[in-house]
Amino acid sequence: MHEMSICLSVVQALQEQAKVHSYTRVKAVWLEIGPLAGVEPESLLFCFDAVAQGTLAEGAKLEIVHTPLVAWCMTCSKNVNLGNRFDGCPECQGRELQITGGNELRIKSMEVD
Amino acid sequence: MCATCGCGKGEVRIEAGAAGPGRDHAHEHDHHHEHSHDHDHDHGPEDGESRIIQLEQDILSKNNAYAAANRARFNAAGILALNLVSSPGSGKTTLLVKTIELLKGELPVAVIEGDQQTSNDADRIRATGVPAIQINTGKGCHLDAHMVGHAADRLEPAPGSVVFIENVGNLVCPAAFDLGEAHRVVVLSVTEGEDKPLKYPDMVASSQLMLISKIDLLPHIDFDVAALVANARKINPGIKVLKVSARTGEGMETWANFIRGARGLALTGREDLAAQG
Repeated sequence: MHEMSICLSVVQALQEQAKVHSYTRVKAVWLEIGPLAGVEPESLLFCFDAVAQGTLAEGAKLEIVHTPLVAWCMTCSKNVNLGNRFDGCPECQGRELQITGGNELRIKSMEVD
Repeated sequence: MCATCGCGKGEVRIEAGAAGPGRDHAHEHDHHHEHSHDHDHDHGPEDGESRIIQLEQDILSKNNAYAAANRARFNAAGILALNLVSSPGSGKTTLLVKTIELLKGELPVAVIEGDQQTSNDADRIRATGVPAIQINTGKGCHLDAHMVGHAADRLEPAPGSVVFIENVGNLVCPAAFDLGEAHRVVVLSVTEGEDKPLKYPDMVASSQLMLISKIDLLPHIDFDVAALVANARKINPGIKVLKVSARTGEGMETWANFIRGARGLALTGREDLAAQG
């Protein structure tokens, strides 16, 4: 639901960076999004074109890089991949898990002119 | 108005004065942000050399910076800020009104109300005699830390007070936005499903306390409190749970004790403020 505002934040960041890195046009943006970021990649893609219109990012390609959901299992003493936040450890089924990756909501890089 | 998320661009309104009864002359607050981009760029495929810039910037970093500023300001003033989140209709405002009645006179309380439209909730709070300020998010679905900072500027909560931030009724979007609160409290009423924590895990995962509200209705409905708690702890094993009824008062003293305890922590370093009510 707040994907529109996330897209606005992305475009705003691109506008701010334009002053730092001296570019006038963004051709592509790579976003890193984890399963726990709370945003729906499909609707980001849907919103981005509309939000980018009339800005230096108009027509830019939005690429989404999905990051995995990783947790440290205190019982097994190692990192394990989870399918869902409410899954137990796939190896010991324990719930003493500390999420270590999957919250990413980050502009990774961009291609600019 | 909000530069953080842009949500409800131009439609966010924060009431003008902080105020108690009699000071509520609201007027529009409008400020403009410059747009420095150029519309005359070329769209041809061959216009210049492209390059890749590694940015590695958190999209919510701006909100998080505002949240850190709010948190520092609350800490410095010994203020306990609680962010109340829930779906619409869980009874947050009624719960707040009853909570204020329990705490008023014992410690200073102020309220920041978030809703898409109307100042109904702030009006209800002001009727209890404590200062409240309404943020209308317009089309926006959540409060962000920038709005809360502005609201706090106008509300000017007394040092050592408890500030309740009643978020927009929405179990999805407010989860992503840190407001600078000390604790996030998720309210789930017994007329909702036991599986709500599983359906809306982000909110439960980011909260430290879950209030199960409207428990006076339990005799009339099929609702399994134990199942709700078990589901919440699948998502967040450390979440604290309290059962309350604003209507009958059941559990309200325990909730008030939670607030007193949390305020005690917020006063660390500002013990001089503890006595004031």
